[in-house]
Amino acid sequence: MKYIISGILGAATLGMVATAASAGTLEDVKAKGFLQCGVSTGLAGFSAPNDKGDWQGLDADFCRAVAAAVFGDGTKVKFTPLSAKERFTALQSGEIDLLSRNTTWTINRDTALGLNFVGVTYFDGQGFMINAKKLPGVNSALQLSGAAVCVQTGTTTELNLADYFKANKMEYNPVVFEKLEEVNAAYDAGRCDVYTTDQSGLYGIRLTLGSPDDHVVLPEIISKEPLGPAVRQGDDKWYHIVKWAYFALLTAEELGITQANVEEMKASGNPEVKRVLGTETDTKIGTDLGLGNDWVVNIVKAVGNYGEVFERNVGQGSPLKIARGINALWTKGGLQYAPPIR
Amino acid sequence: MATQDIPHDVGGGRASLLYDPKVRGIFFQILVVVALTAFVYWIIGNTVENLKRANIASGFAFLNGRAGFDVSDTLIAFDSDSTYKRALLVGLINTVVVAAAGIITASILGFLIGIGRLSNNWLIRKICTVYVELFRNIPPLLVIFFWYFGVLSVLPLPKESIELPFGSFLNSRGFYFPKLIWGEGSMLVPVALLLGIAMSWFVARQARQRQMATGATFPVFWTSLALIVGLPVLALVATGFPLSFNFPQKSTFNLTGGLQIKPEFLSLYLALSFYTAAFIAEIVRAGIRGVNKGQTEASSALGLRSGQALRLVVVPQAMRIVIPPLTSQFLNLTKNSSLAIAIGYPDLVAVGGTVLNQTGQAIEIVVIWMVVYLGLSLITSGFMNWFNAKMALVER
Repeated sequence: MKYIISGILGAATLGMVATAASAGTLEDVKAKGFLQCGVSTGLAGFSAPNDKGDWQGLDADFCRAVAAAVFGDGTKVKFTPLSAKERFTALQSGEIDLLSRNTTWTINRDTALGLNFVGVTYFDGQGFMINAKKLPGVNSALQLSGAAVCVQTGTTTELNLADYFKANKMEYNPVVFEKLEEVNAAYDAGRCDVYTTDQSGLYGIRLTLGSPDDHVVLPEIISKEPLGPAVRQGDDKWYHIVKWAYFALLTAEELGITQANVEEMKASGNPEVKRVLGTETDTKIGTDLGLGNDWVVNIVKAVGNYGEVFERNVGQGSPLKIARGINALWTKGGLQYAPPIR
Repeated sequence: MATQDIPHDVGGGRASLLYDPKVRGIFFQILVVVALTAFVYWIIGNTVENLKRANIASGFAFLNGRAGFDVSDTLIAFDSDSTYKRALLVGLINTVVVAAAGIITASILGFLIGIGRLSNNWLIRKICTVYVELFRNIPPLLVIFFWYFGVLSVLPLPKESIELPFGSFLNSRGFYFPKLIWGEGSMLVPVALLLGIAMSWFVARQARQRQMATGATFPVFWTSLALIVGLPVLALVATGFPLSFNFPQKSTFNLTGGLQIKPEFLSLYLALSFYTAAFIAEIVRAGIRGVNKGQTEASSALGLRSGQALRLVVVPQAMRIVIPPLTSQFLNLTKNSSLAIAIGYPDLVAVGGTVLNQTGQAIEIVVIWMVVYLGLSLITSGFMNWFNAKMALVER
């Protein structure tokens, strides 16, 4: 029933905000005094509350980066946990200002759903996890014919799964849940043989299971899952702010600007660093966006650069220990590439 | 609206029209209708305008698109190449199936427990009271979780399935039982079954007429049972047992072959039945209590045994009290079936939610949901009103 209600509320707000929304998201956010950011209901490494109730993770830190760019203070964020099914309605209806919730960028979402994806904060792909103790001898996804597969509804995962099994002429039995916790519980209880979602998610979920060492992630990656933040269409100013907040994280890493050295770097002689950090004379690097010229400084002070965010949440500084791989900067053979800030 | 005739003031002209309550009544009715229409029109127009401004596609054309996802429980053919429309139909059928099965079970269980609460046996009475108080006071969602996580998910994995008689298995993936395969000439069996039912109906009618005319009774129940069970068995013997079974077999992951009832369906069905049965039991108890004690005493004075008195005198009168609140319980059960989403049973809300998310057509899906549940409820209450009217004829 909750969904019907939220759907109706969504529809109603769509009708109501007709005049209010034209003020612009940036002005609305500034007037409110905080950024309302949509995150997952709890996915380790991306957005999950820690034991003190603070949201941690790559996606949560991206929210903080945007808040820092707008307010100069990364703590001015309120998080809205959303299920896969609720996320788009929440953004469309104006309930949240920014959706940063391990969401795959697709053409349908970018057009017919009225969203604008700002970039790819994490390049992912869909994988499979099985309980190796219960299923010895299975070491490839192609051996999964006849299996019961746990999957979360309303995701691209659900569609890729159907495509993959159809393309390989295999049978399967989908066990579909609405919330991530429900999928985890069902898989842990043995309701299904296979868990499928984005591979980064599988590593995170594995840690939350009863006995993580029993479970293995199969080598196959069956899809491209570029995960990124999204905003509503029709507000270019806000879209640019969020997009360049992401590029600022990448640029800071490229230039070696870190959370620790950002104050010293302000005095740097390197003209590129000076330009990015807004210390050039008569700079308009931030005002053109509608922000202060020190917006990049604020972002880096709040969360660090992209590399720091990555390592802290999903990389070597986290229990997930995911390698940078294709998420490394382009200079290091990865896919993360930012247009110049000038 | 007040429509009594007031003598018109003949000389008043326009003034009299203004003060005529009839004219004024019509005027205000028209005003309300116009205002309501304008409001609805404004809401729709505003929504369409804003959807357009937010670049969100709208309309029902998306229903013909390829679904691309699979659904676990399908009674009609469905795969990822089917349309969204068909996916919603699958969900609707699942909702109707679980609601219908739940209504039947809840009614039977509820009647038994309701009568049990009035039993003279202390133990039966107390057990029924505990049942009602327990299930009536727990939210239905928790009852569903109890069956799903508490009972069905602690069953063993497929490899260690519990073996039941007749080649059936029970494990955490559900209940597996042999599938009947109809061989050549087996069509005679359902024909014999239908014949048996028709003949039983005829016998019952004859017996009633004879009892009316002569007062002599006839063992209708046992005759009907013999006809309904005996004729198909006879047909089986005559055709030389053309039936065979497809037994569930263990394979790498699951059991294959046979028929499977999934734990999602089982837990939803059991939870809804057990939960609603508690309410129905109370309604039935109230209905029976509502029949004057003198009726029971009069029937025993006529020489009816207590079972006969209950069946022939008390229950028919109790039904008139029971049916209207029973309708509400049936509607509640149907609507509670939307809790299926919590355990992943693909009912209309769950499948609709998936379609909503894959297409982003929130408003359209919500409209479909509302129309379908409204339709189901109206059909149910229409049927129950008909049933109520039929039972009311018994009134003397």
